[in-house]
Amino acid sequence: MARTLLDKVWEAHTVRTLPSGQTQLLIGLHLIHEVTTPQAFQMLKELKLKVRMPERTFGTLDHIIPTTDQTRPYADPMAEDMAAHMYRNMKDFNLTLLDMATGQQGIVHVIGPELGLTQPGMTIACGDSHTSTHGAVGAIAFGIGTTQVRDVLATQCLSMAKPKLRQVRVEGQLPRGVYAKDVILAIIGKLGVKGGVGYAYEYAGDTVERMTMEERLTLCNMSIEGGARFGYVNPDATTVDYLRGRPHVPAGAAFERAATWWRSVATEPGAKFDDVARLDAAALQPVVTWGINPGMSVGVGERIPAPDAQPEDERSTFREALAHMGFEAGQPIKGAKIDVAFVGSCTNGRLSDLRIAAEVAKKGKVARGVRALIVPGSQQVAKAAEAEGLHEIFQAAGFQWRKAGCSMCLGMNDDKLQGREMSASSSNRNFIGRQGSPTGRTLLMSPAMVAAAAIAGAVTDVREMLK
Amino acid sequence: MTTNYQRRELAGRGIPVPGNDIDTDRIIPARFLKAVTFEGMGEHAFEDARKQNPEHPFNSPAYQGASVLVVGQNFGCGSSREHAPQALMRWGIRAIVGGSFGEIFFGNCVMLGIPCLVASQADLEWLQKAISLNPQIPVAVDVEKQEVHFSDRVIKATVPDGPRNQLVAGTWDSTAVLLEAGAAIEATAAKLPYVKGF
Repeated sequence: MARTLLDKVWEAHTVRTLPSGQTQLLIGLHLIHEVTTPQAFQMLKELKLKVRMPERTFGTLDHIIPTTDQTRPYADPMAEDMAAHMYRNMKDFNLTLLDMATGQQGIVHVIGPELGLTQPGMTIACGDSHTSTHGAVGAIAFGIGTTQVRDVLATQCLSMAKPKLRQVRVEGQLPRGVYAKDVILAIIGKLGVKGGVGYAYEYAGDTVERMTMEERLTLCNMSIEGGARFGYVNPDATTVDYLRGRPHVPAGAAFERAATWWRSVATEPGAKFDDVARLDAAALQPVVTWGINPGMSVGVGERIPAPDAQPEDERSTFREALAHMGFEAGQPIKGAKIDVAFVGSCTNGRLSDLRIAAEVAKKGKVARGVRALIVPGSQQVAKAAEAEGLHEIFQAAGFQWRKAGCSMCLGMNDDKLQGREMSASSSNRNFIGRQGSPTGRTLLMSPAMVAAAAIAGAVTDVREMLK
Repeated sequence: MTTNYQRRELAGRGIPVPGNDIDTDRIIPARFLKAVTFEGMGEHAFEDARKQNPEHPFNSPAYQGASVLVVGQNFGCGSSREHAPQALMRWGIRAIVGGSFGEIFFGNCVMLGIPCLVASQADLEWLQKAISLNPQIPVAVDVEKQEVHFSDRVIKATVPDGPRNQLVAGTWDSTAVLLEAGAAIEATAAKLPYVKGF
């Protein structure tokens, strides 16, 4: 019987079936950061346990670090305390920390693929829900909590149930000005924010096959926003080309052997799925969220839907969303005024994202009264962008050019919304309070749309600027 | 130590938090994650929601001391932060009944020995209303039988086999169980091409 990537990777990493009926699953790569790990290391110390396979864990600093001056000690004493704990724990347990001094620091989901730590056929866990990002190379990669981080450190394993598998087929040519971000927002809009609960997503179809690796990373990143704990794309020539020459990837003849194995884990023709969903890419327009979860979105040319047009049990959430956002049902999303523009995050903080945003930034200047931040996803992304002069394009247009980190995606450093500010954001969550202000408001969209909104001072259709 | 890890049955007063898609940022805003321990997390459960809405159930004197949380659909979606179930647990929550749960949140709850049970929308609406009318009546959660009892009514509330077995057997704190595999862990790793070298 034809097997899926999920079948093959799951089986290869199964240590045993536990008495509970769940799988004891070996974790091939464990990524950690400063926010969700100090309690795990403390538990490990209390249990007098060592890290089982220290060479399979890599750490970085991303969530709490400032994006202005990154020299320590950090101005925020709580952030400094978390960083100090990270340094001490990594040293005490003999683990590799990719900090600023290495030149390889960045958002954990940006640096994993960038350094070739993330490879096809692996199981990958990290104390962060956007670990689903790494599925883009054909890995089974998912977020875990802190007590599970302890288990991976102590045992290199997790107790897991294998999910069902839904193939999400995206077909057709993406129109100009429509990107991977719009595809995943459209998928979430169509299947719902809980549509993926109990499922993993296999993204397939000619649109996905044509996507670059960076586009696939954006696609898989927001699997979790659709309720799926992980999503993946089958490894192909794009995957192999992307990985060639990266620091943690084998070289020479070993690379060719690796590539052969990577390709072998892909889903076989004729494999069966528990469900199949389809999306017509050619029919898409730029997508903008208007509400308080990432499923509440419309095309940029559309109007905000009315609660009464929703299923009965969704209406109260829709009314709450309209009240929080200060929108009226039936209002066009185009023209909604913004105060802040943010390009960055593990969703859209890679070089290709910055190139697209810079292309738009050339068309004008940031509107008066709008605070616009460009936050590269990693030190290497920043370096590559600066080598191309992108930072100068941004600065000339009035955007602030920052250092790498999670920044305003979740507002754990100084990069926060103030009061009811409205943000156009290339990040992944528009939850109430997400960007650091309890009353702040977030509109999710592609980096191109964020840059366009920064210039217009309001939500606008980037396709008109790219003409 | 004679700690009883088995989570067969739990009973306590209920607290309804209606609404769908309540995410973990809402349960515990990110600014409270800037801490190296989980201590004190209970004070900040739903902090911003409570400040913005004086009527929030977590503010209500009627529900202080409650331990069975009754929620809507997709509760705990979003961020993997274990701080969310930690905050609820430290506030006093011992079991959660809802329509569906964010999967990472659900897994985190299992790791803390907090059963999350899935009930029908109609039963949830009934239970939330019944608790609000009689907050002093205890809600009895039977994980093993997959039932929730309130007053003289019994509703069906399921937990998937794997987590249910862990909770009932008391093996939800999984480190010891995983360590029992012993050398099989290294043996599994040694067969993987990317571990042994290409």
